[in-house]
Amino acid sequence: MSKLSILSKGIIKENPIFVLLVGMCPTLGTTTSAINGLGMGLSTAFVLICSNIVISAIKSYIPDKVRIPAFIVVIASFVTILQLSMQAYVPALYASLGIFIPLIVVNCIILARAEAYANKNTVFDSMLDGIGMGLGFTLALTILGSVREILGAGSIFNYKFIGDHDGILIFVLAPGAFIALGYLIAIINKLKTSKA
Amino acid sequence: MAKLESSLKNMILSLSIISLISSSLLAGIYTVTKEPIATAQSKKQQDAIKDVLPNKNAKVGQPVEIKLEGREKPFIIYPAKENGELVGAAIQTYSTEGYAGTIEIMVGVDDKGNISNYTVLSSAETPGLGSKIDQWFKSTKANQTIIGKNSTVNFTVSKDGGDIDAITASTISSRAFLSSIRDAFQAYKTYQEQEKTNSHE
Repeated sequence: MSKLSILSKGIIKENPIFVLLVGMCPTLGTTTSAINGLGMGLSTAFVLICSNIVISAIKSYIPDKVRIPAFIVVIASFVTILQLSMQAYVPALYASLGIFIPLIVVNCIILARAEAYANKNTVFDSMLDGIGMGLGFTLALTILGSVREILGAGSIFNYKFIGDHDGILIFVLAPGAFIALGYLIAIINKLKTSKA
Repeated sequence: MAKLESSLKNMILSLSIISLISSSLLAGIYTVTKEPIATAQSKKQQDAIKDVLPNKNAKVGQPVEIKLEGREKPFIIYPAKENGELVGAAIQTYSTEGYAGTIEIMVGVDDKGNISNYTVLSSAETPGLGSKIDQWFKSTKANQTIIGKNSTVNFTVSKDGGDIDAITASTISSRAFLSSIRDAFQAYKTYQEQEKTNSHE
């Protein structure tokens, strides 16, 4: 597989949200606005890239039977680093993402990439895979967050464009996340089949 | 290089070394970020106090904790003084009657006891509904706003016979918010009485 396709497959062909449908919990929980989606996406991408690099670098020193606990320790360390730095330098974003930052540890795309990719490939390829998957995740969360913010609050990246009116509230609430995600996946599937 | 064999010795060694490295790394990060985190938190507090006080030049004095009967957590008064005179205060108040968890509010009063401004410190109210408490009660509509009003106003939602209109579809959050304002005034009154007896002594 060429280096470029390792990078790009996470963004479109194997997009973690729209195609693989993994990591749904933070996806549905944090995408109440475009900026929250972007913040959560970038945070997850950071952890994913770092853990992919480290795990692929130390994979031959980890006996197979304890690989899952070893991966979890590595992932949890990066999440804690991220959590502490966000608290220190971007407290506002940290406050709005709240509990979902520590929950990145159990986000299954990270462990899935560690297990299915980083554990078998070279450091450089794993890094590309992490960047691709991370970007795909970020892109999906930002799109979902934007759609929900536009419909639900009538604004985009906190820039309000419908004056003093309310949006369609349900899109900011939890059911709106399911509805918006469902339609987005339908649109993407439609585009994919018409292309093929 | 071939994978390490899954023998007991290898497993223990490998996991211990990984844990050791990550814990020392985390200890380092913790030390580095400890101070910025504390600064960020106290800055948020200071900003909120500055934001709600009517007089930006006033000096904020030592916070005073006021306990109200039947309430576990104290209310905190940040007195604003100019030339030793009390010119207002920021009152950190809260309500546990919200739709989701505790709502924490910082509310400012001027020297006449009128509300100058307020800000929501923390709340987990439903986004788009109850979360509107941060703007709704600052509106220019006379029976919706709390700005400029004092303790003579009945801070209860109009549905319950009060003077303030609740947020559409968020009566529970509105009730909680207004109860925190009532408590703030109560705490402020207690504080003023306390100060009076202190100065007479």
